[in-house]
Amino acid sequence: MKNIIAFPVLALALMIQTSLVSRITLLSGAADLILLILVAWSLQEQVQSSIHWAVLAGLMTAFVSGLPPYVYPLGYLLTVMLSRYVLKQTWQNPILALFSVVFFSTIMIQLLTYLSLVLIGSKTTIGDTLALITLPSLLLNLLLALPVHSFMGDLALWVYPLEDLG
Amino acid sequence: MKNLHSRNFQITLLFLVIIGILALALSGSLSFVSGNFNNFLVSSQSWIYTRFVVIQEFFTVPRDVLALRQRNAELESELSRLQAQVVQLQNSVSQADALAALVNFSRSNPENSYTAATVIGRDPSPFLRYIIIDKGSNNGLRRGMPVVTEQGLVGRVDAVISSASRVQLVSDTSSSVNVRLEKAKQEAILTGNISGDLVLDLLPQNVTIEPGDLVLTSGLSGGFPANLIVGQILSIRKRDSDLFQQAIVQPVVDFSKLKIVLIITDFQPVDISPLVPTP
Repeated sequence: MKNIIAFPVLALALMIQTSLVSRITLLSGAADLILLILVAWSLQEQVQSSIHWAVLAGLMTAFVSGLPPYVYPLGYLLTVMLSRYVLKQTWQNPILALFSVVFFSTIMIQLLTYLSLVLIGSKTTIGDTLALITLPSLLLNLLLALPVHSFMGDLALWVYPLEDLG
Repeated sequence: MKNLHSRNFQITLLFLVIIGILALALSGSLSFVSGNFNNFLVSSQSWIYTRFVVIQEFFTVPRDVLALRQRNAELESELSRLQAQVVQLQNSVSQADALAALVNFSRSNPENSYTAATVIGRDPSPFLRYIIIDKGSNNGLRRGMPVVTEQGLVGRVDAVISSASRVQLVSDTSSSVNVRLEKAKQEAILTGNISGDLVLDLLPQNVTIEPGDLVLTSGLSGGFPANLIVGQILSIRKRDSDLFQQAIVQPVVDFSKLKIVLIITDFQPVDISPLVPTP
């Protein structure tokens, strides 16, 4: 039942992403709020349902976006898996884990998007993509990572109160 | 008797003095004296009044402060409400201006039917240049319909649900539009670029083009109606080693500021992809 919170949170995040975050661009890059929410959520130790969140976020974003429909579900799923892996490997170092996962998952999703666009015949060059989209998006994601992590930490505590643990 | 005479004399004298003073006053001879007297009276009155006010305020101000604070809060609340109203009205005026321009455009191009839609979002991926509008199949929108503003071509409807649609802008990397150069009478293909520029491709080397030349839709390939303004040539890239020359086109529509768009609903796009030979 606790997974139900994913619907309003991700729906609201998607609305904010399409109406606000996508308009705030650096060169041609923009932050990915959904990705940041998934990373921040899956890096909370008490959270048990991050895969469901990734699937839901992937499907919702794929529905809205013009990208091939497999890009976001696959990208978000890999992101959450990476987060859970990093969480198991690091001990009490959430900020370092957060920045590492945001860094690598942003690169991964951008690479996946680039490859999918090349596959459908889009004229994009890797140099332009890196300079105009990937690096600016990475910077914006890293800037937004901390506030989103803080918000999702509070949400995780609300959904999974500490007395529920153990 | 003597007392009576003395008293009458005193009264008479008093009257004479008063009449004399009045006569002097009316003639203006006493103005210096009366002026000083008046000044004294006014100063005294002023002194008494200010002291009285100070004393009165001492007793009444606490109550007034409360009343003033309450009034101030009311006025601040009213100000906030009015400021919000001003913002709302400015928004309405801006929207009305945009709508008026679109109405003018649709009146000046009566050969097509239009549906106006508000832009409500953008694609979440920075790789794509798509917008989301608030009209869908319930409003008669179909995939492939051209989207314009009063300035010129915006793009085409890419996906439709009942109450919303996704529009691919001409600046998207996957977009290609058949265009013609108005001055050079030459046809070419306009594609989007990842930086948001429009690139004019497949222009023969012998065609003379200049910055500022107007680029219009040609109507070829059946994707868009002919003669919609797309942009102006910004710069030209011409190398002798290339088969074709390229040009960067400045779109007439500022895609970052799109608020309301028009969808040409009676245009039937023709899908010629089955006729294009595959290598």
